[in-house]
Amino acid sequence: MRIQVSGETKEVKDGITISELIQEEKVETPEYVSVSVNEEFIQKSDFDTLSLKEGDRVEFLYFMGGGR
Amino acid sequence: MPFTDEQLERYSRHIILKEIGVKGQKKLMNGSVLIIGAGGLGAPAAMYLAAAGVGRIGIADADVVDLSNLQRQIIHTTADLGKPKVESAAETMKAINPEVEVETYHEFLTSSNILDIVKKYDFVLDGTDNFPAKFLINDACVMADKPFSHAGILRFKGQLMTIIPHQTPCYRCVFKTMPPKDAIPSCKEAGVVGAMAGVIGSLQALEAVKFLTGAGELLTGKLLTFDALNNKFHTIVLPPRGEGCDVCSDHPKITELIDYEQPVCSLK
Repeated sequence: MRIQVSGETKEVKDGITISELIQEEKVETPEYVSVSVNEEFIQKSDFDTLSLKEGDRVEFLYFMGGGR
Repeated sequence: MPFTDEQLERYSRHIILKEIGVKGQKKLMNGSVLIIGAGGLGAPAAMYLAAAGVGRIGIADADVVDLSNLQRQIIHTTADLGKPKVESAAETMKAINPEVEVETYHEFLTSSNILDIVKKYDFVLDGTDNFPAKFLINDACVMADKPFSHAGILRFKGQLMTIIPHQTPCYRCVFKTMPPKDAIPSCKEAGVVGAMAGVIGSLQALEAVKFLTGAGELLTGKLLTFDALNNKFHTIVLPPRGEGCDVCSDHPKITELIDYEQPVCSLK
């Protein structure tokens, strides 16, 4: 199935979970990433169980602490 | 008061813009911005806002200029080594535009002084380099109802968002609690390309200009990310400000400021 990850269309296996996608996308510091699906935040406790659907829009939001 | 001939010339490229014009330039000149951190992000922002003629600019930083700063903190020069950053920054800003009033705070902003300082300005720009400061600025601006620009940079990446407290999602709506110490790499540990500070700090200055003049749409309800390695700007639409936020919801859990424990990752 196709989903959008960070604005780009990706082919992923049907019913992929957030946790599996985090692995597949090689997300850095996965324990501290915020995830939204279709503009709604997903609780960390649902990462293992929430299966994505065709056309879902997934965003990873990273802590970025630098500035000086 | 009408513009002097010199002002008309100095600000001519603003005045000619239909989104700014004479009225917008007046708003800039009557406006005030507080820049927290006179470093990578604060340097270009302070220079552009001084050049733009923002009437009063506050700049806060407790540090002195260090050799490792000069790769990106373009408001300071080699001759400024050892000088308080706020002093060096103020000199550059005044050299660019003697018309602007610069107020310096050579101190750390903490839970005890930040509210009084942010209240004196129309808009706040977070140019700090650590999570305790970023969470403190968010919480203080939410409590003081002060619009501000949040930003972060690391390696070849940067991101920013603008917050109108109690109307648009705040930093804490997205990043609920501070990550533990050392969980997220800092610029000191992981590096940052100097020009990235220029890109993101300039975008923050643009947000301040847009806020003061009313031009265009602010970057609210969105996180704009930039990855220089693959040339991608990406706008993440944020979920609406919800009931869940500890500081900006209608029934906040956080009602008093505290100084967070995670030590400063100083980017000396």
